[in-house]
Amino acid sequence: MTRISGFLFRRRGGPGSFGGWHWTDIVTFGWLAAGVILMFGPALWLVLSSFKSPAGLAEFPPTLLPYETRTAVVEGYDKPLPLYVVTDEAGTRTLAEVRRVGTVAQMVDPANPGEVQKINIQTRTPDRRVGFQWSNYTEPFLAFDFFLYLRNSIFVTFMATVITLLTNSMAAFALSKYEFRGRNAVMLVVLATLMIPLSVILVPLYSIISTVGLLNSLWGVILPTVATPTGVFLLRQYMLTIPDELLEAARMDHASEWQIYWRIVLPLTAPALAVLGIFSVVWRWNDFLWPLIVLSRREVYTLQVGLNTYAGELNVQWHFILSMTVITMIPVVIVFLFLQKFITTGIAGSGLK
Amino acid sequence: MNSLKHQAGAVITAPLGWLAGLIDPPLRVWQRWTGQGGMAAFFLLPNMAIFGVFVLLPLVINIIYSMTSGAALFLSDRDYVGGAQYARLLDCGNYGDPGTCAEDQFWTAVQNTGLFVILQVTLLIIIATITALILNRELRARSFWRAVFFFPVLLSPVVVGLIWRWILQRDGVLNAAMLGMGLDPINWLIERNWAFAAAVGVTIWAHMGFYALILLAGLQAIPKDLYEAAEMDGTRPGRVFWRITLPLLMPNLLVVIVLSLIRAVQVFDEAFVLTGGGPGTATLFLTQYIYEVGFASLLKNLGLASAASILMGGVLVLLTLLQLALGKRNEQKGKLK
Repeated sequence: MTRISGFLFRRRGGPGSFGGWHWTDIVTFGWLAAGVILMFGPALWLVLSSFKSPAGLAEFPPTLLPYETRTAVVEGYDKPLPLYVVTDEAGTRTLAEVRRVGTVAQMVDPANPGEVQKINIQTRTPDRRVGFQWSNYTEPFLAFDFFLYLRNSIFVTFMATVITLLTNSMAAFALSKYEFRGRNAVMLVVLATLMIPLSVILVPLYSIISTVGLLNSLWGVILPTVATPTGVFLLRQYMLTIPDELLEAARMDHASEWQIYWRIVLPLTAPALAVLGIFSVVWRWNDFLWPLIVLSRREVYTLQVGLNTYAGELNVQWHFILSMTVITMIPVVIVFLFLQKFITTGIAGSGLK
Repeated sequence: MNSLKHQAGAVITAPLGWLAGLIDPPLRVWQRWTGQGGMAAFFLLPNMAIFGVFVLLPLVINIIYSMTSGAALFLSDRDYVGGAQYARLLDCGNYGDPGTCAEDQFWTAVQNTGLFVILQVTLLIIIATITALILNRELRARSFWRAVFFFPVLLSPVVVGLIWRWILQRDGVLNAAMLGMGLDPINWLIERNWAFAAAVGVTIWAHMGFYALILLAGLQAIPKDLYEAAEMDGTRPGRVFWRITLPLLMPNLLVVIVLSLIRAVQVFDEAFVLTGGGPGTATLFLTQYIYEVGFASLLKNLGLASAASILMGGVLVLLTLLQLALGKRNEQKGKLK
């Protein structure tokens, strides 16, 4: 306890300042507290909401936790009836609602189904308890093409990342370990295009993709993204730090150039490959604009495109949208939890994004 | 545990190694035949071929596309119109009023994007700088706090857009909270100005952590003895900030400003999912205009979309050159020291 309070109330302080609190301490604590609420709060609210039933989602003001109204199967009625706690002159008891007419509800006691009582709705409250609507998560897989979208997204992310790592590392190897005519020119092209955003080449890229017949194909999403100049640049900078003597020694032992690349340089580049791999997974999983343009048939949608389409429908089914959003978020949250250090050092070191 | 990890690693790498071994013999022949130059070409080829076809080639033919018209997709079927698409985009009675322009949507998008860039980048930089300054203080569990602010950066734009649509909708939790505090609820995504503000706020929320991280790296590179010296001289904290922190942070700050400018000009996905460009055209930005004109509308006009994308590309090139110039100046400064 003392450690926690010591942590919470650590401050700049010092004699002379107001109550021992320097104003910068107050700003710091305020900022960090607001940060936790503002940054985590929305995602947490999404997760909590995703477990609510459609009725729970329509409630205003919303409840913090997902609740479900308890129901009971009563003899003589086909459907389970919702339960209410009624408090009036006759005392407090739990009754099931049969139907409601205006401000009066017809209710029965589950133990005594024969007798219908008329109850003023002012005297009753729903018998609720915290309950998670798991069907929000299971139904999209059955009722929608959600599973298909998930599979498409995993395919795109995996393939794009593998190809990115392979082609980028090969190019980086050539650019860092070989002397050849035009090397500087190639490097210049790579550097110059570091900043070309997709939104500038949408139209011609679309026509090229359709010329090679990759419209509405997942490969049409994958290929334009894999030759990242960022990746080539990052890996090249890292490979420059590998001493050339190592390669020379291997050549003495009659290693082929391919073996040198595969058995020596690639393993030594592992940290940079890991950073690029993590980023590639996040990039490709999150891609939206390009898949939106290339994929126009439902069976090839990725998660992001599918989710946007569902959310754009006239009658938005929030109870499914929210749960699908949570599932879309999960891989990125896992990456964040376990590989955060890689990412933050990657960004701080190279401005990668 | 370790051996298990090792075994799992072996299971993955063994087939890869086998595949790599398979292409080794033919490559040895190629190597003997062409020497080092041939090997360099082999290693460069896959990346450069993909790069050439899907990045460089589009870049070149985009210029040709912008000078054609018609509904056909393939260049050979399109009519050459010279600068007509540009003329149409730039045809305006009064540049301040999109209603007087031939392409009023384009100028609405330009104005929206301009205002968005100014507001978003200014606020983003201020918030990111304050966050970096606070994270740079002596905090317990600093990596935790850093992670707190960085978390939204990794979320997909669609997820970000949907999270906030859910929060900002009329019966959403924000209005419930405002009602609880005795304020009038606001139709965040239906009223023009509030929708615009929401687009600005949500994009800041999603990207701020990235820039704060770069600024934090810059702050941590400032030598500690400068601060110690200032403390010994009894310098006020405000003065320390203006005289030490800010000047030494300036290189990073400039990089962050240009980077965030480049990204703000291209704003699309979060805003698109959040507001869809609406209400009306209140949050229609340039990239969405290009997308609508070239792909989403019934009357696809690829030539016009292409011309608009080249105009936007021009702005981005200017910003990139600015960044390179700043980088060079910083480098020279570094050398002088």
